[in-house]
Amino acid sequence: MSAQSPPAMDAARDFLAEAEEVVEELSSRLGELSDMAEQGAWDPDLLNAIFRDAHSLKGLAGMFGFAVVSEVAHHTESLLDWLRMGKISLTRQVLEILFNSAELLATLMRSTLDGTLEQHREAVDAHAGAIAACMAPAGSSSPVSPLQKLGLSAQITGSLTDYEEHRLKENLGKGRFIHVVHASFELLTFDEGLNDLTSRLKGCGEVISTLPSVGENMETHIDFDLLAGSDLDREQLAVVLDGIAVDITFSGGGSVPETPSVPESVKETPPTELLPETVGSVAVFPLSSDQEVAPVFSGSDEPLSAKSMSRTVRVDIGKLDELMNIVGELVLAHSSIAALANRMRAEGFSRMAIDLGKAAKGLDRRLGDLQKGVMDIRMIPVGQLYEKMSRIVRKISREQGKKIDLKLFGAETELDKLIVEDIADPLMHIIRNAIDHGIEAPEQRLAAGKNERGVVRISSYQKGNHVVIEVEDDGDGINVEKIKKIALEKRLVSDISGLTDKEALELIFLPGFSTADTITDVSGRGVGMDVVRNNIAAVSGMVDIETWPGRGSRFTIVLPITLAIIKALIVFCAGRTYAVPITSVIESLILSPADIRTVEGREVISLREHTLPIVRLENFFRIERTGICPGDQYVVVVGVAEKRLGLVVDDLLGQQDIVIKPLGGAFKALRGISGAADLGDQRTILVLDSGSIISELMRSGGG
Amino acid sequence: MKSFTILVVDDSNAMRSLLVSTLESLGPVTILQAPNGFEALRIMPRQEINLLLTDINMPDINGLELLNFVRSNPLYKELPVVIISTEGSRKDIEKGLSLGASEYLVKPFLPEQLLEIVRRFL
Repeated sequence: MSAQSPPAMDAARDFLAEAEEVVEELSSRLGELSDMAEQGAWDPDLLNAIFRDAHSLKGLAGMFGFAVVSEVAHHTESLLDWLRMGKISLTRQVLEILFNSAELLATLMRSTLDGTLEQHREAVDAHAGAIAACMAPAGSSSPVSPLQKLGLSAQITGSLTDYEEHRLKENLGKGRFIHVVHASFELLTFDEGLNDLTSRLKGCGEVISTLPSVGENMETHIDFDLLAGSDLDREQLAVVLDGIAVDITFSGGGSVPETPSVPESVKETPPTELLPETVGSVAVFPLSSDQEVAPVFSGSDEPLSAKSMSRTVRVDIGKLDELMNIVGELVLAHSSIAALANRMRAEGFSRMAIDLGKAAKGLDRRLGDLQKGVMDIRMIPVGQLYEKMSRIVRKISREQGKKIDLKLFGAETELDKLIVEDIADPLMHIIRNAIDHGIEAPEQRLAAGKNERGVVRISSYQKGNHVVIEVEDDGDGINVEKIKKIALEKRLVSDISGLTDKEALELIFLPGFSTADTITDVSGRGVGMDVVRNNIAAVSGMVDIETWPGRGSRFTIVLPITLAIIKALIVFCAGRTYAVPITSVIESLILSPADIRTVEGREVISLREHTLPIVRLENFFRIERTGICPGDQYVVVVGVAEKRLGLVVDDLLGQQDIVIKPLGGAFKALRGISGAADLGDQRTILVLDSGSIISELMRSGGG
Repeated sequence: MKSFTILVVDDSNAMRSLLVSTLESLGPVTILQAPNGFEALRIMPRQEINLLLTDINMPDINGLELLNFVRSNPLYKELPVVIISTEGSRKDIEKGLSLGASEYLVKPFLPEQLLEIVRRFL
């Protein structure tokens, strides 16, 4: 449709960003609703917010020509509409459909990017079918409107939306009093007063409608009529509203309900597992008149601007990358100036050299600030991942009938946005595994003397230049013997006699390994642990497992805080220059050939009474060494998580800030390389990925 | 040509920017935006508005309530109001018209449909 015309392009980008946000919001609200429903009572405002999410998504997708998304949102919206109007009740089955809807919408949003929307036709049709089945034809129950009897002014009833009318009837049906509260606020600061009033009314019931109106001083004041339902009668309400200048202009209702609060049609819904009858129940908040009012809108003392309401800017991550590249190049330019200053000093231009050196220092500080500023923009709290994870845990535990408490720690830990995105899938898979294979069924747990509710604990914290994410479960642990057996059966290893338990655990990361006796819907979907490890390694991370039989397991993921700009040790070997990220360098030492011993065909050296395996870079990359053999060689000790390895190189060229740029697809398969970096003197060098070199060497086994 | 100011009220950023980018093709008009009814009420006394475009389904103060306010305030008696909603909210649209909305648009609509309606009020 013509929405693709040039002026609409920006808007289309906005659409994707916003629609994604709406889907996220919808899912997390559904989670809340599901939790509330389990407790027995849910807030109609929450359900209405979910309805509005589906509604906006439908409208948005329709406007931007994504008919399939709009269609799914439309069906979801209809179901939600029936729910909020009390035409059907919130059963487990309905909740299930709603969760599926959110997931389908998320999938479709991703497909809008690569234009594969139509491939989901089948899922979309199935979704529509499930909803149609849920919404059995309604017995056209039109209860005699109790509204006329109430005697509200037409002024008020005239501007109620369909939904608000329904809420009014619900409140009446429950025998609540209906009040109209009139207030007059100064035009410039009305929001404060209105917020105060609204939250007091919500404290003792429900605000059905907020109707702005015109008062006597329309030049300076704006009036509001708030329609509210409450168990409090007029006098009691007056006490709650004491201290603010309002009039209760109408009070009615409050009688024994004459019409049933739930229309007839509800009773005709299929007899599925019903949650406690909750239609229309309202979570009543404890009454407190001095309740703190959370400011919803920006304070009125801010300078007025009609143009921009929002204090945040949504930025394409590509633009931030570009900015980061420029910062990186500036840092490089600075290095060459500093180097020039040094050379000048060495060649005798002492005074100018010192001045230039000073100027370079100043530039360095500012550059540092700039770099930190840009970095900060990219950082997002890990907590954003937690929301996704808690949805998944809820979904899986529902599917499998396992009872799980998810405990989350360190949500405020910050990580580069790109890493957070790349880590979501592997993390999700680890959690799925923990629930699927780790946590036992409730009966089994009880029999083992454990609480029937399993615990999955995700904790994040910063450790030096890394962020650590741990996923722990208190399940049965991983059976090491079983792993060895399967690895043998699948011919992934030829000999297990010498394997320690720790080494055996590593086997699950081999391609082609899967211990599930039957592949379940959960862990069997898609990938194995080898993919998990590769995905984590792709962002220069490492994953480690520990397990305690009968007590549970822990997966530890160690990630760099950012990939964008890092300090690196520049090394030289067999005529080539490489960068080793400083975060993985532990120390470097001079190699004396006499220290080298050979164990099982591999070279090792002794470092402070520990045996350190070493690898010669030229051997690892299979480079022919030409010309003379180097004199002194160096060992760069690198380590990721608990593993250590010595890289043997010809020379150390110093430390430098580098910007890692990804290699093209053709080089993706290269082991041991995480990207390329520009050294600032038109030379491009490869950046070593210590993590993958270590795992590559472990994989090749005994050599 | 005297200046013409349009206030666009919608809680969706993408929807607002689509409306604004379409309206910008009208030439020299001033376009103000509000993400909800509250903000609209804050803007209206401070700026002269010649046309109000509002979504109906918004949190807190909805489009109908905003419309009702506009119609009952003598200051805005003549202000044309165009309401925007989806087909499913037909009932709300009807209510809007009876409250005195000047025109309505059903989502999804083509940019040309929007422009055609707005041009009538220029």
